[in-house]
Amino acid sequence: MSALSPFPDSERAPRLVSGLGTVGRFVLVTAMTFLGLLTITFFIGRIVPIDPVVAVVGDRASQEVYDATFRQMGLDKPLITQFALYVRDVLTGNFGMSLSTGRPVVEDLVRFFPATFEMATFGIVIGVVLGVPMGVIAAAKAGSWIDQLIRVLGLLGYAVPAFWMGLVGLAVFYAGLGWVAGPGRLDIFYDGLVPTVTGILTLDALLAGDMQIFLNALSHLILPSSILGFFSLAYIARMTRSFMLDQLDQEFVTTARVKGVSERAVIWKHAFYPIRVQLVTVIGLSYAVLLEGSVMIEIVFSWPGIGNYLTTALLTADMNAVLGATILIGTVFIVINRTSDVLYRILDPRSR
Amino acid sequence: MTEPLLQLRNLRVTFPGPRGPVQVVHGVSFDLGRERLGIVGESGSGKSLTGRSLLRLLKHPAKVETDRLIFDGIDLNALSEKQMRNIRGARISMVMQDPKFSLNPVMTIGTQIAEALRVHENLPRTEVKTRVRAMLDQVRIDDPDRVMKLYPHEVSGGMGQRVMIAMMLIPQPDVLIADEPTSALDVSVQAQVLDLIDTMIVGNGMALILISHDLELVARYCDRVLVMHRGRVVEELEAGQLHAATHPYTKGLLAAVPRMDETRKVLPVMDRDMEYDQ
Repeated sequence: MSALSPFPDSERAPRLVSGLGTVGRFVLVTAMTFLGLLTITFFIGRIVPIDPVVAVVGDRASQEVYDATFRQMGLDKPLITQFALYVRDVLTGNFGMSLSTGRPVVEDLVRFFPATFEMATFGIVIGVVLGVPMGVIAAAKAGSWIDQLIRVLGLLGYAVPAFWMGLVGLAVFYAGLGWVAGPGRLDIFYDGLVPTVTGILTLDALLAGDMQIFLNALSHLILPSSILGFFSLAYIARMTRSFMLDQLDQEFVTTARVKGVSERAVIWKHAFYPIRVQLVTVIGLSYAVLLEGSVMIEIVFSWPGIGNYLTTALLTADMNAVLGATILIGTVFIVINRTSDVLYRILDPRSR
Repeated sequence: MTEPLLQLRNLRVTFPGPRGPVQVVHGVSFDLGRERLGIVGESGSGKSLTGRSLLRLLKHPAKVETDRLIFDGIDLNALSEKQMRNIRGARISMVMQDPKFSLNPVMTIGTQIAEALRVHENLPRTEVKTRVRAMLDQVRIDDPDRVMKLYPHEVSGGMGQRVMIAMMLIPQPDVLIADEPTSALDVSVQAQVLDLIDTMIVGNGMALILISHDLELVARYCDRVLVMHRGRVVEELEAGQLHAATHPYTKGLLAAVPRMDETRKVLPVMDRDMEYDQ
């Protein structure tokens, strides 16, 4: 069931969702949240002091052109009609044109988001695979040198700025040791050789069966995603440690010891099992933050990701792009939250 | 006279405090045969710490020292942690206070009981299941097959405690420590649970250490009673001889018990800080 559980046999098969009522409520709540997101982005679009018409036609257009565009954009209609049109546009994937790239915003998002998705996913995998065991070990050996070491590492993850890590990482592992490739997603002479299917370069290279490009993409990916992974590791390890300390104090952990259960099983089975629910929240949030795109890392590594795109759009007052990217990021948050909710039900018998 | 099952001499438990170490158990000693021993005392008298020390459950920063801790000819102090695990559950077991906290909330009851058996005996799956079912039957749980699939939050307190008893007795230990096994339960089910413990102990020829703050209850279910106060055993009595208690603290405790034909307006209050000379 869960990739983290070392004792898959001791769990009962989850009763996932029982009955149509639960599914219906789930869909309804998700839809309402999404509508809330659209309402907020719509009003941001109206409140921000940028004239949407001027943004399209430029400030030297004649009054006739201005008025025509004003009507064409539906700005003369009542607000509620405008909102309805806006919802329709979003649902049909029409976010308008981006002024800075000259392409439909949707096309841009499809290009930029997979880059961020790839980096964030690698990052969160690193953060979870290392962070969770580190937190558990730190709690099990609370007060020992290994606990101190893990805490210092965690503190570094909080204290060191991302761009500095990126620059030093590049200086050491790329320029110095030559272990990894430099900025960008691929070496320039590989560019465009693999057909774009998912936009996730490593996956596309595998789909095309080109190992050389896969390894090249991986060597570009490994440094920035490790740095992102380190930041989420720091957070995940810290939270895991404190959740575990809580559990190890519980009476049922003593019960397990009274039964003669080995210390390893006490920690991983009895104390760790119940905290999986809390970890889902922590990991989900970290993942969402990574998916938002780390601007600093993306800039240092010339990574064409959503953080980079959104920042550029903000600086050029490219409202269509900003709103499109905001809706995308908001949707990512909604998806992750709803997924966590489903996971709770699977992992915690008390919430069923 | 034969060697007692369990011998404890001069148990001392110390915790570090802000102003140096604080000793909370001051040299408790007793012998236990295949009998029912009660340990009574008020909160903080060290009775639970005594129970947990027998299983070597207290962890850092608690410091536990004994001159002698012999169980069935085995020197428990000399055992490694791994050897001690073979004693825990299998030979000496413990029922704790509140099943709401002492049962693992995310494991089914069947899995938890089976685990207590599986860590000590290598049995085929079907055999484990049969034993668990039989054990639940013994603690008078109807429909064991259904209960095995339930989670602890889905059963009542009394039922949870019977599950706990089943879990602690399934590897057939020699000694059961019951640490306030009924204080979290409704009065109506307290007697049921204690009767059950009593039947199981007597039926299997086991020894029981019943830790409680309830004098009458201990007198009813035990053969012998130790009275603890501020980390010391102040008096040892046959259960039937409580009225003949000589120690002022025990007398004080007995005087605080309300009676049916009560004429007193105010119950006497114990002076908790009083030091009694040994």
